[in-house]
Amino acid sequence: MSHSTSVNVFYQKWRLIKDQLIRYGVVAGGLGVIVAILLIFFYLLYVVFPLFLSANVEAHADYSLPEQTLGKTLFMAMEEQNEIAVRFTDQGKSVFFDVKSGKTLLTESFTVPEDVHITSFNPGRFDKGVVIYGLSDGRVLVAKHKYKISYPNDVRKITPILEFPLGNEPVQVAEPGEQLTNVAIRHGEEQTTIIAQTEEKLYVTNFAKEDALFADEDSLRQTESQVELNDPVHFILLDKEQRNVYLLTKAGALTLLDISDKETPQRIEKVNVLKHGDMVTSVEFLTGELSLLIGDSTGLVSQWSIVRDDHNQLNLTRLRQFKVSESSVMVIAPEQRRKGFVTTDILGYVGIYHSTAERKLINQQVRNAAPVAMALSPRANAFLLETESGRVDFWHIDNEHPDVSWSSIWGKVWYESYPKPDYIWQSSSASNDFEPKMSLTPLVFGTLKAAFYAMIVAIPLALMGAIYTAYFMAPEMRQLVKPSIEIMEALPTVILGFLAGLWLAPFVEENLVGMFSFLVVVPVSVILFAYFWRFILPKKYQQRVPEGWDAAVLVPVLIISTLISFAVSPTIETWFFSGNMQIWMSRELGVGYDQRNSLVVGIAMGFAVIPTIFSIAEDAIFSVPKHLTTGSLALGATPWQTMTKVVLLTASPGIFSAVMIGFGRAVGETMIVLMATGNTPVMDLSIFQGMRTLSANIAVEMPESEVDSTHYRVLFLAALVLFMFTFVFNTAAELVRQNLRQKYSSL
Amino acid sequence: MIKEWIKSGSPWIWLTASAVSACLILVFGLLLLIAFRGLGHFWPVDIVEFRYDEGQGETLIAGELVDSAIMTAAQAKDAGYKLAEDEDFLEQRLIKVGNRDLTGLDFRWVQARFIKGQGLPSELVTIERREWGNFYGRILELRENQNTIAKNGEAFEQSEQRLKRALKLHAHIEHIQKKDVGAINFALERLRLKQRRLELDGEWSEVIQHQFAKQRSQLDKDYAVLQEQMDSLNKQIRRDSILVQAAHGQTLEVGLYNIVRMIQPNAMSLTDKMLEYISKFIEFIWADPREANTEGGIFPAIFGTIMMVMLMSVIVTPFGVIAAVYLREYAPQGLVTRIIRISVNNLAGVPSIVYGVFGLGFFVYILGGNIDQLFYPEAAPAPVFGTPGLMWASFTLALLTLPVVIVSTEEGLSRIPKSIREGSLALGATKAETLWKTVLPMASPAMMTGLILAVARAAGEVAPLMLVGVVKLAPTLPLDGNFPFFHLDRKFMHLGFHIYDVGFQSPNVEAARPLVYATSLLLVIVIVALNIFAVRIRNQLREKYRALEN
Repeated sequence: MSHSTSVNVFYQKWRLIKDQLIRYGVVAGGLGVIVAILLIFFYLLYVVFPLFLSANVEAHADYSLPEQTLGKTLFMAMEEQNEIAVRFTDQGKSVFFDVKSGKTLLTESFTVPEDVHITSFNPGRFDKGVVIYGLSDGRVLVAKHKYKISYPNDVRKITPILEFPLGNEPVQVAEPGEQLTNVAIRHGEEQTTIIAQTEEKLYVTNFAKEDALFADEDSLRQTESQVELNDPVHFILLDKEQRNVYLLTKAGALTLLDISDKETPQRIEKVNVLKHGDMVTSVEFLTGELSLLIGDSTGLVSQWSIVRDDHNQLNLTRLRQFKVSESSVMVIAPEQRRKGFVTTDILGYVGIYHSTAERKLINQQVRNAAPVAMALSPRANAFLLETESGRVDFWHIDNEHPDVSWSSIWGKVWYESYPKPDYIWQSSSASNDFEPKMSLTPLVFGTLKAAFYAMIVAIPLALMGAIYTAYFMAPEMRQLVKPSIEIMEALPTVILGFLAGLWLAPFVEENLVGMFSFLVVVPVSVILFAYFWRFILPKKYQQRVPEGWDAAVLVPVLIISTLISFAVSPTIETWFFSGNMQIWMSRELGVGYDQRNSLVVGIAMGFAVIPTIFSIAEDAIFSVPKHLTTGSLALGATPWQTMTKVVLLTASPGIFSAVMIGFGRAVGETMIVLMATGNTPVMDLSIFQGMRTLSANIAVEMPESEVDSTHYRVLFLAALVLFMFTFVFNTAAELVRQNLRQKYSSL
Repeated sequence: MIKEWIKSGSPWIWLTASAVSACLILVFGLLLLIAFRGLGHFWPVDIVEFRYDEGQGETLIAGELVDSAIMTAAQAKDAGYKLAEDEDFLEQRLIKVGNRDLTGLDFRWVQARFIKGQGLPSELVTIERREWGNFYGRILELRENQNTIAKNGEAFEQSEQRLKRALKLHAHIEHIQKKDVGAINFALERLRLKQRRLELDGEWSEVIQHQFAKQRSQLDKDYAVLQEQMDSLNKQIRRDSILVQAAHGQTLEVGLYNIVRMIQPNAMSLTDKMLEYISKFIEFIWADPREANTEGGIFPAIFGTIMMVMLMSVIVTPFGVIAAVYLREYAPQGLVTRIIRISVNNLAGVPSIVYGVFGLGFFVYILGGNIDQLFYPEAAPAPVFGTPGLMWASFTLALLTLPVVIVSTEEGLSRIPKSIREGSLALGATKAETLWKTVLPMASPAMMTGLILAVARAAGEVAPLMLVGVVKLAPTLPLDGNFPFFHLDRKFMHLGFHIYDVGFQSPNVEAARPLVYATSLLLVIVIVALNIFAVRIRNQLREKYRALEN
């Protein structure tokens, strides 16, 4: 007995333990699932978040200037791996040194002839590594710094080299004996152009490679020309196409010279870029070399570019400006691969900016001294700053996503070579020089446009259908209709999209007039039929159809009237639209026609959201308490009056939430818009144009985007926007619906 | 009287009724459209031979009549057609003329006014080829090793016999190539990975090297044997060929190895056509796709869809049920639970592409990337789980359909009368026992409903799958005879994506269209059937509880 009791006690205990275990298990599992669901939101946020982080800079080393005795630094540059830097001095020396320690690795001298001294200098800009010295006798020296990477014993070794592309000896570019006060160079595969300035003249010298048929070596053909100068210029910039020369004086007079014909340069335009009294302190190309960054003595950096105006004239226009300092801007260093740049001011502050995103990423004092030269690494992840204190600072930059900001994602951005600021989504292209343009506005616009047209199709059909089904329809028929429409909801959208793109779009294109005559013919024939039914048809036929089966009677009417409206459409088209409505529209109204357009999307997506709206609205109308309607009818109102004045009013919150949920579904729909539109991100309200929606955009671009790139994160942002949008809409609709349910139960 | 009639609102009621009719017409019209086009795909269509004269002499055009269209005169003129003054419309016919290798195009629009006559000559054949699509024309000769052995009418009958042999040989070659050679390649790859693994672990030694070399040479030897076998089969299959002539007179030699099926539709009886129809339908279901998915069957897509859906069900059911049980039975019913419930409900409305983005970022790159680092260092830099694949697709869709299962199960739980729970507790059962023995069994149809709805949704969902693992053409199925048999890391094909891909990305959309309709039909049937099934279960369940309550 006692034995069995103890077993029993043990068993009872085990049962309780099991009960507790299951409790903990279920609670843990349930909470786990809910956490997993929350994870979606937080993960999206986690991926998007770095987009809006500022840059970070961090000191890594500082040392005194290597080989100070070899002269003052004119220009400093760093190679790709951030291991070796070079400085060019005013004594015609180049000093290669280790970036981390400042140890000199190699010094090279330029062969400056005797009795001649260096009068000017210019770096060739960007990755080619070409520099030029102008001499006092009208000659120039051109050099190129290069880095060779080898792997002895599997360890990377970088060797600096100084080359002389035009030879060791100075090259004559101006009248002998004339002092070159300013020079500029561009060295390319096919040709090299040197601009040299003397007291009152500008010399343009071009060396082009000639295809020599019989010679073993390519020979260089030299072309020269001259331009008279009114005032001396202080800055000369030559773009990489070797077409446009920008001349800028300290006072801010900017002249554009077209040298596409090297023999006859042409002066295009002259503008003043500064207020009177301010001084230009630094000027650089932004990468791509379509615009100039001009820094001045008031601490402003402004971006100027050639813009084609409404009259098809080229104008130098200021796109935007940045306040980078309270004092004077000293050096501007553009990034090589993004449209960003780094500035320093006279107090030793270093600021990192991005031009098109109009974003200030950081501005921090590196050393309390005026800067002499700055080198930004080609990957823009480190910089070297030489200051007048005689020290060089080596800092790291952590700046992953400068190219996106709130304003560039949602606002209008003035991109280079665009006539005006605009909303543009264009995330990739074939060329390397391309700047991704990532404004979500056209996509959001497209999303809302698609949803809007879908709602125009869906709301009347779904709500009217819901009204009839819930209130007037015979219960037997309702039992058939509801599941049918619910099946509509289950249809995969890929099938709807496929039909919309391959069947409906050509059909609409062929029967465009029919689509519109349908809108008129069908309702009119329904009313006419109702009239016929009520007043003309003998009663005995009427009574054969039980009450509430009108919808079934109408099916043939609808089919016949639809057929009629499409059958007459070619005739109408010939009469009113001279036989071709698309061409008529583009000629008379200036409206273009796209085969896969909003009308097609509206119909297909309307079809997809009808069941959603229908079933929620039908539920809301059907569950209006019966005593309200019977009361209304008893007081003598007709069924229709009861419907509009009592039922719809009571059910309106439910109908509202049905529409909201339907809208949410239309916003997120992917496959239909992907297949039924041309997916071009245009912002055009026209019903005959396509669009690109957020969801379709994600589906198209996500598989190709590189993990953790800006593009990838912006696509995640698009997903987050969709998520938030539908979540908010659905929550609001759900709350409305719950309140309504409470109201009904209290009635 | 009319005024009164209008005032009573009766016309507006008719209008609302017409909205219902319109919805019904839309649903059934769409289903009929898909069914009609999809089922028509398999029917052996007669080949019509047109005598066609555009004014430069009469030519013969043979092919299947596909479509006809009418343009207004102005449209036709804009499109560059020359019409006579008195013609108001231009009638055109679309003919599938096949013979892509000869004429360059599968389809041709002809103008009805230039057709001088048409006929259905019984000797015309439709030859479905492995390359270059269909051929329409006449068989002139049957050749064996380049020697003519039969001509004209006889040639067709004899080549039908020989085609059977060629098809058998082809199936044999396919089998060797896919199964046996595939297994050898798989084994070689495994050996390579094993070696890499041992090297990484520093356990690579002379002895093991010797063993591996031995295994490798054995595999190579096996391969050589198979190769020899295939060479001989290939020689055999290339024995026979036929000389055919297109309607416009050009002749062409077609090897029987290149032919899938060959019929004379104009000479077939109704029974023959029905048999042909069934055989084509079976091919559609069971065969692999050919010619960039535009011909042949869709078996890999069906298989992939089923695999993915099954895996998803295995994941989603326990989690969905546990979450529902927690929310309904264990969680304190307060504001927090209400918020959670609303959130879960709303997740069903979050666009599916968002789940795809999450799946790609979290499952594939984060989870998959870490799994690769931990367990598959030998495969680097090639990803194993760090790339979209079957497992991540199932996970993503499980997350997507979780709300459906939770909501449905919760509804089932909430419908169980309180008296039953109380009865069980009063008899001394613990809460867990009550749950396990009475509540869950009663709610099981509700879970079933949820699961079926989830499956229906997952089977039709495409957008997220495009990001997490679906491909247009998977070389291998996720389930095969190579250890470990079940390859969760592989990419797979999917019916829905197949529709999108063939319908929109294929180079020859026009030719592929019937196949897309047939695929759509299959998908629609599966999904509609699942939904009707779910609705049935739900209704029965409701009846049952209603009976319980009374």
